[in-house]
Amino acid sequence: MIIPAFICVISAGLFLQFFISYCRSILATSRSVELSDRVREVTGIESEHVAAGDFARLLQLVRLCPESGDDQTEIRAVGTYYGLLNVIERISRPMAPALATWTEHERESCSYFAAVALDRRISYSRDLFTQQVADRL
Amino acid sequence: MQLGPFDYVIWIVSFLLEAGVVVCALRGKIFYKYLSFSLYMLCAALVNCAQYVCLRHFGFTSHEYMYTYYYTESLLTIMLFFVVIQLYQHAFVEMRVSRYIRSAAALLLIITAGFSYAVIHQNKDHLTSRFAVELGQNLYFVGVVLTYLLWGAILKLRETRTRLIQLVLALGIYFSATAGTYALRNLFPGLESTILKSVFPLVGVWLPAAWAYTFFKVPEDARLATARLVARAR
Repeated sequence: MIIPAFICVISAGLFLQFFISYCRSILATSRSVELSDRVREVTGIESEHVAAGDFARLLQLVRLCPESGDDQTEIRAVGTYYGLLNVIERISRPMAPALATWTEHERESCSYFAAVALDRRISYSRDLFTQQVADRL
Repeated sequence: MQLGPFDYVIWIVSFLLEAGVVVCALRGKIFYKYLSFSLYMLCAALVNCAQYVCLRHFGFTSHEYMYTYYYTESLLTIMLFFVVIQLYQHAFVEMRVSRYIRSAAALLLIITAGFSYAVIHQNKDHLTSRFAVELGQNLYFVGVVLTYLLWGAILKLRETRTRLIQLVLALGIYFSATAGTYALRNLFPGLESTILKSVFPLVGVWLPAAWAYTFFKVPEDARLATARLVARAR
């Protein structure tokens, strides 16, 4: 019984570490992307930072756009990560303010990722529309 | 206990993703560059077909299906070790230590199998099935440790190849989730027919989904600073 318990605890700890790093690797790729004026206008985002609490709203807008077919996996992974961060923030806020600050920063990154995903989908929708108009002509 | 629609959906999705990774590798002309990955996914897809045939012929609760399931899973886990070896080779490509990596991995694999056999040898009543579960748990845990060491080396070497980083992290997630689930199953056998029944197939979908995403979406020349991936509370 000792060996399975040991494996269970270590695996759970390492799973969290791998999962956080994996999600950060997805978020890091979106960090280098500038938000277009179009998406800023649609979402009302004015500064460089996107508020942590905007994630759900941005994700709703993403779902309203036609799927481009290649971003579902990363959106799901980041959505799960955001949910996990919410739980950690609620638990850590009264006990570990430094951890709560870190989760807030991570949640902001998730929101920025959602804004970039929305930007891509809007561009995809416009391309589709342009193509349809061109086909009709 | 029978399989429901959810299990069949997961099974089909898993098979399609595994086949998708092989097609992606062939179309992207990286089949030989990531040979162990491609072969693993090809074998995983074939194993899925074999398990389905076995299920149709013998039924979900039959011994034949159980042994096919555990032993093909064990073989696939051993194949995953070759994936880990290839990842080590990719990470240490400039240090020319491939021979040592292969020897160390083979030795570790033999020790793990021997340790699992020694543990079960003391409890001979259901040797084969218990051995398969014990071996699965230990192999996956050794996989977790090896992947974690590789991840540590990647951080230390300041590796920047996004594709390599994501392949390693996806494998780490898969190994740790499976090892943890096997260990939970050993600790609480009652959970097998409830929660853990759905966890195993879901975890099985993760690896082909993550690799398909990496091969399809992340270009070979994409770069990433590893320092940004380590979680530190400020």
